Amino acid sequence: MTRRATVVLPIALLGIIFAMVAANYSERTSLPPLAKAYVERVPQELGAPNVITGILLTYRAFDTLGEVAVVFMVAASVGLLLGGAPKRESAGEIDADHPTQSTEIIRNGADVLVPLIAVFAAYIVLHGHLSPGGGFQGGAVIASCVLLALLARPQYRIELARLSLMESLAGLLFVLVGVAGIAFAGGFLDNRVLPLGDFGALFSAGAIPVLSVLLGAKVGCELSFIIERFRT
Amino acid sequence: MTLSSIVLATGLALILIGVWGMLTHRNILRIIIGFSLMGTGSHIVIVAIGYVAGGTAPIIDDALTLAEAPSHAVDPVPSALAVTAIVIGLSITAVLLAYAVRLYESKKTLSIDAFTESKW
Repeated sequence: MTRRATVVLPIALLGIIFAMVAANYSERTSLPPLAKAYVERVPQELGAPNVITGILLTYRAFDTLGEVAVVFMVAASVGLLLGGAPKRESAGEIDADHPTQSTEIIRNGADVLVPLIAVFAAYIVLHGHLSPGGGFQGGAVIASCVLLALLARPQYRIELARLSLMESLAGLLFVLVGVAGIAFAGGFLDNRVLPLGDFGALFSAGAIPVLSVLLGAKVGCELSFIIERFRT
Repeated sequence: MTLSSIVLATGLALILIGVWGMLTHRNILRIIIGFSLMGTGSHIVIVAIGYVAGGTAPIIDDALTLAEAPSHAVDPVPSALAVTAIVIGLSITAVLLAYAVRLYESKKTLSIDAFTESKW
């Protein structure tokens, strides 16, 4: 009975707070000054049509770098928690609970879909500065592609050494592009180290597409690593 | 009742459901699902408070020219924050699930009633 009270009371109080928040909420009719500055400056100063990508990969790119560090840390801790020798493999047994073959539907579906999803991921990453998308979203799509491939072929082993090499390389290049911003432009991770190009073109907005690709590769590798770890 | 207030109420309700699920359920996987629901609700709240009446996505193209962008775009800052929050939420869920796997290996059960070592 006391347990029930300790649950109901916080929920009720939280509900009252939320009800007050929702009741007093009124829709905004104009942008706050900071948002207005971002909306005006990202297309003009950075040459990126997508304001959100401009914020994520230039004005707040340092936060994005920290966030990638968090994802890396999570990949490392998942590896630590779930690492070690896979037991099933060393025993070499094949039981009904862990089939080595998936059904034909999944295998054929994966054969068709995996290349298409990979192309879609590349599209999302490359068009991050033009349309909704970017490194994180594309990286997540790459990881979903890896997940589908693993579902279709449970025995397939991802080469973890190559994955971590690519991940480290992408992270290193991301920081190097940032340092180039200090040397040749306004500051760390400034995108104007490369020419801004034509507004709305694929190769435009300075270093933003480059950073987007590096971010996509890094996030894709880290999420694939996490998926791979959960399999054993 | 405006559009964004409905979205806001939905997000707040999801947070409540998530907290309720975390507090009442004894199965670790259900607690993790409650946590995910709470995270999703907070993402919806973040996006809802960034809405500006009559606004559209802050992407400059033929439909939204540079001149009319400041008056017709939604706030890009909460959207950028939501991207961050989604990635961090996914990462935390991955760590939670990894812990759940290890806890199951140690006690062969997912009920938190079996894990009394750190209970006072």
